[in-house]
Amino acid sequence: MQPYSSFDHSRAFRRGLSDGVPIGLGYFAVAFSLGIAARSAGLSPAQGFIASLLTSASAGEYAAFTLIAARATLVELALIVLVANARYLLMSCALTQRLAPDMPFFHRFLIGLHVTDEIFGVTIAQPGAVDPFYCYGAMLTAIPPWALGTGLGIMLGNLLPLRAVSALSVALYGMFLAIIVPPARKDRVVACLVFGGFAASYAAERLLSFLSAGNRTILLTVVLSAAAAALFPIHDDAPGDAAEGAAKEA
Amino acid sequence: MQNALYILTMWAVTYAVRVLPLTLIKKPIRSRFVRSFLYYVPYVTLAVMTFPAIVEATQTPLSGALALVAGIVLAYLGAGLFPVAVSCCAVVLIAEMLL
Repeated sequence: MQPYSSFDHSRAFRRGLSDGVPIGLGYFAVAFSLGIAARSAGLSPAQGFIASLLTSASAGEYAAFTLIAARATLVELALIVLVANARYLLMSCALTQRLAPDMPFFHRFLIGLHVTDEIFGVTIAQPGAVDPFYCYGAMLTAIPPWALGTGLGIMLGNLLPLRAVSALSVALYGMFLAIIVPPARKDRVVACLVFGGFAASYAAERLLSFLSAGNRTILLTVVLSAAAAALFPIHDDAPGDAAEGAAKEA
Repeated sequence: MQNALYILTMWAVTYAVRVLPLTLIKKPIRSRFVRSFLYYVPYVTLAVMTFPAIVEATQTPLSGALALVAGIVLAYLGAGLFPVAVSCCAVVLIAEMLL
């Protein structure tokens, strides 16, 4: 790995800015549908904007807004956000393996602000050691549209005809499918987990209706993932590859 | 005020998940079980959150089901995040106009 002192930060920053643009465009559209969920949770446009600016996590925010709509406790909220965002733990682990040893430590706190599927994906796809300024560039063009889209979704969600709201409400699920289907195609265990997860979720909604939706998600995730990990442990010998592979396919 | 607490909790948990490995873990995780568990978690969570919710989000269950099938097929064929999301929306829009 090349030393940190040899990095061309301004070039990395500009490349990050341009790589973040298409990500930001996609984020804007999807965030609009997230805003509709935030609206039913009772958030104001400014609150939605700030929540998205700080959190930048599609599934995590969506799960959180569902629970906020149900006026869940803070502990329940924390748990569901933890579960929905557990993949970022893997991605951050993978990133640690690509940081130059002489990089000033404070950059780790800043890189950690917005480890999203897409920003992680483009960052890890860069050759060699990670230049934190590449991440900052990508964040700068990708994250504001995400926050703006959420705020606008809250503001305009009720002005749209019911039919348009109905159509937009599936955007997030489409994004989730785009994350889980490609790895399911390559890995039969993941494929079984995805379709098993669908079936289990359907069954749990009927059989475990005394639990909240968020709690059912936590329960099913822990049980199914632990069972799969015990029965079908992954084969990689180099830690971090699993997260890398998962994110590239996302 | 309650909403501010909710948002603060969302941010604190999400940031912790991202920044703790970056700042604490300097060595790779050894346990194969933990690594396998962490590898499977995202897929299970997203699968559980997607279905049956996608069918219940739309005005008619059928349009949601069609969006689900379209999303799976397009993602299987290799379409990216944004095209899949937009296509699912289009399928619902068209289905509900025709039905």
